[in-house]
Amino acid sequence: MNVHLRIIAAALILAIPGIASAAGHHLALPSASDLWRVLSLQDYNTRVVILGTTMLGGAAGLIGTFLLLRKRSLLSDSIAHATLPGIAAAFIVVSLFGGDGKNLVGLLLGAAAFGTLGMGSVLLISKYSRLKDDAALGIVLSVFFGLGVSLLQLATRLETGNSAGLNSFIYGKTASMLFRDAMLIGVSAAGVAVICALLYKEFTVLAFDQDFAAAQGYPTGILDFCMMALVVLVTVIGLQAVGLILIVAMLVTPPAAARFWSFDLRRVLVTSGIIGAASGLFGSAISALMPNLPAGAIIVLVGAFLFLLSFLFGSARGVIPQRLKNRQTSLKVEMQHLMRAFYELAEEDGAAEELEKHPVKFEQLLRERAWNSTQLKRILRRARRGEFLRVGADGDYSLTRAGGRQARKFIRNHRLWEMYLITHADIAPSHVDRDADQIEHVLDDAMIERLENLMNQTDRRLLPESPHVISSQKGEAS
Amino acid sequence: MSLTNTRPEATPLPLSQGEEHSESSPLSIHDMTIAYHRKPVLWDIDLDLPEHHLIGIIGPNGAGKSTLLKSVLGLIPRASGRVLVYGKPFDEQRHRVAYVPQRESVDWDFPVSALDVVLMGRYKRVGWCLPIGRTHKKIAMEALDKVGMADYARRQISQLSGGQQQRIFLARALAQDADLYLMDEPFAGVDAATEKAIIALLKDLKSSGKTVAVVHHDLQTVGSYFDTVILLNMRVVAYGPTAEVFTEENLNKTYGGKLTLLTDAAEALARNQASIHRETKSE
Repeated sequence: MNVHLRIIAAALILAIPGIASAAGHHLALPSASDLWRVLSLQDYNTRVVILGTTMLGGAAGLIGTFLLLRKRSLLSDSIAHATLPGIAAAFIVVSLFGGDGKNLVGLLLGAAAFGTLGMGSVLLISKYSRLKDDAALGIVLSVFFGLGVSLLQLATRLETGNSAGLNSFIYGKTASMLFRDAMLIGVSAAGVAVICALLYKEFTVLAFDQDFAAAQGYPTGILDFCMMALVVLVTVIGLQAVGLILIVAMLVTPPAAARFWSFDLRRVLVTSGIIGAASGLFGSAISALMPNLPAGAIIVLVGAFLFLLSFLFGSARGVIPQRLKNRQTSLKVEMQHLMRAFYELAEEDGAAEELEKHPVKFEQLLRERAWNSTQLKRILRRARRGEFLRVGADGDYSLTRAGGRQARKFIRNHRLWEMYLITHADIAPSHVDRDADQIEHVLDDAMIERLENLMNQTDRRLLPESPHVISSQKGEAS
Repeated sequence: MSLTNTRPEATPLPLSQGEEHSESSPLSIHDMTIAYHRKPVLWDIDLDLPEHHLIGIIGPNGAGKSTLLKSVLGLIPRASGRVLVYGKPFDEQRHRVAYVPQRESVDWDFPVSALDVVLMGRYKRVGWCLPIGRTHKKIAMEALDKVGMADYARRQISQLSGGQQQRIFLARALAQDADLYLMDEPFAGVDAATEKAIIALLKDLKSSGKTVAVVHHDLQTVGSYFDTVILLNMRVVAYGPTAEVFTEENLNKTYGGKLTLLTDAAEALARNQASIHRETKSE
């Protein structure tokens, strides 16, 4: 995940200058009617831009997922930077032959050719030299970008043709998107989606286990090339909208975010496509509402925001759901300890048979385990809320019927497990209590059944004696 | 002459006496040499595997055991030599060969379930671009059942233990329904129970007429696991029935210092940047 976090952070940093410069201009908040106009897609230009960036985001999210799983995320950055000399060269060549240098088709073909060349260079360098991938990526990225900057300079000196505006491919300029551009994006995005669906099996096995795929007879080189060609395609159609510096964020952020939501590749793909599309949609809508904000940067920021949400709340591995789960486990463990303390105290007084009628003082419970009084009070409060516990007039605690049932169950599991450890795992009786403590909380019903059969204790009403002296653990807290 | 390396120090062992490179041999390798970055890792390998056998490939680290499997599968280019699977080139017989790579060779955090991985063994039969049908899913589930992992079919693979992951890899190979199984250290890093389950499975495969070749590390279990062993250290040191070949003398040859001359020669070749291909031909 580290690499992806770094990419996302870098994209954020790169997006900030654009926004800061816009903030220097007049930055008025949109009126309600503006908001409605944009969201209902009434305005023709807005409609084109929003549709275009949404489809771009969806396509980038799809192929980006395979790219991420193939561990080639950074390759897309090298590909994007390598398109710059292609754009400049295409402008120069077309202008010299008397054509319109800024014809989009020519520029994008140039970009695609150099993007492919950049990609090929990285793969060839890492295959035929002993350089590691990161070195190959760095070399290609900087060399191609340097070449691109030089060629751009050359293009401005050209007498024929007006090169103004070529710079917009570096940072992107969504507002200039025309209907045919949106069409081009739409057709390409649909193509990417169809190919990803058709080659789902093949891309998956290639990304998961290349050697196995090759042994099966899959042409891994060609499949790899297909995957990377789709990345080049998305990069090239995204150049206009997002720019070559930030396009990597559109390919990496959505799949990285989607992985927090599912462990299933099909769902990760769909989620990633949706997150990408949503970034495109909301990013360009926000930028349409506040025309001074550059759309490319806003799209990336919206994507990063969605990544943050996924990181925090993602149902599969988001931080907060996992914390909650851990907390639930520790609450359960505390409750089991409390119930066992009640039983063991009653047993000491020979009152185990009438557990529910045996009141216990707070101080007695406190001595029973290594917990402090604040912790114990909290656990007791929860036990009362769960109606496992009632407080007598004199402040003594006793278990309810439900509480007694729980306590007997926990004590029984604990002791069965202790006996199992003594008889089957050769653990000394004096040590067995702590070992059992760690395992018993994860026992599920099936495991308990196996344990019962093994220990010949299938009658659930019978509670075994503790295999060790219970008072031995006392005094830990005092 | 057919079965063994022709170098004088090799131990000749007639396994399936008779005609040279028999048609029925699941795997015949002829004079194969492999080089990485011009440094030879396998010299003149010449083997005919017997049918219906459980074969152990034994040797020290860097002996080229994994390389032997990979080169048979065409994953590593051969500097020279020829490989036949059941008498035909490997390309025509891929569907009869199942490969189990080393467990560490893949990213187990990949977002797929155990069943998804096993289904990969069916992909080639499903065909390009087509969705996976019910029959294939059934076969994959049966394979999971055979390795005792049917209950874990929907579990994401990162949530499985090392031994369970290894069983998933085996199930994927079983789902291929092959005749020859090539396994790279299936016992590495697995618990004792899994090891027992795996060896029982391999013996089952053998008795149902399959041939299984396994790269193996633990010398103590060689005798009880394999009928045939290949002792490998850059070349075939000895090859034949375990009882005859798995001797202290041969082990010394494989693991001991007797091959330093060969290693030194390989180093020298690498230093000189000479092409192995030419070298082996002019020999």
